[in-house]
Amino acid sequence: MNNYELMVIFTPVLSEEDFKAAQKKYADFIVENGGTTGHSNPWGLKSLAYPIEKKTTGIYWVLEYEAPSDLNEKMKIQILRDEQVMRHMITRLDKYAVEYNYKKRTGGFHTTEKTPA
Amino acid sequence: MAKNEIKYLTAIKQEKPKKKFCRFKKYGIKYVDYKDIEFLKKFINEQGKMLPRRLSGNSLKYQRKVSDAVKKARQMALLPYVTDLLK
Repeated sequence: MNNYELMVIFTPVLSEEDFKAAQKKYADFIVENGGTTGHSNPWGLKSLAYPIEKKTTGIYWVLEYEAPSDLNEKMKIQILRDEQVMRHMITRLDKYAVEYNYKKRTGGFHTTEKTPA
Repeated sequence: MAKNEIKYLTAIKQEKPKKKFCRFKKYGIKYVDYKDIEFLKKFINEQGKMLPRRLSGNSLKYQRKVSDAVKKARQMALLPYVTDLLK
C-alpha cells in the first residue's frame, strides 16, 4: 500500500452535478479496487497557464488516497478513456509529503510565511 | 588637482556579500509541493525558467526537488512553460 495523490483537470463545460458524479466515480473506483480514499479537494474552475485542447480554463480536483501499486495502471486506463478529463497526474507521496498535506489541511503552517524571499 | 587626489595606504574594507544559504535546510522544509505556485515562483525567473543554484542558493538535493515540482506544475498548467513578465 502506498500513498498517492491524483490531480485531474476536467473540461470547463462540466456542470456541478457532472463534476460531483465524476469525483464519485473515481473515488468509488479506488475503493472497489482495494484502496482507501483520503482528503478530497475540489479546487473548482481555474484559469490555465496555457491553453489545453483550445480551452483556457479547467476544473481542478485533487484527491489523496492509499492504494496497492497495481491500481494506478487500471485507473489510468479509465481516466484516459474519459472524455471529460483533459489532463491528469498521479504523484506518489513520501512520508514528508503526507505530513505536509496533513499540516496544510489543519492550518499548521504556511510555506510562504516560513520562507521570506 | 593632484592635491585633491585621495590615496589609501591600506585597501578600504568592502562589505562582504551575504552568504547564500539553502532555505530548505535552514527552515527544515522536507517536501516541495508542486501545487504551491506562489512558493515555486521564487525559484523561477520572469520567463518562467528555473533559477540556477548559483542564484537560489539551494543545496543539490532540494534543487532537484524544486525542479521536479516546477516541472509537475508546468504539466498541470499551474505554471507556464514559456512566458514574459511572469512577476
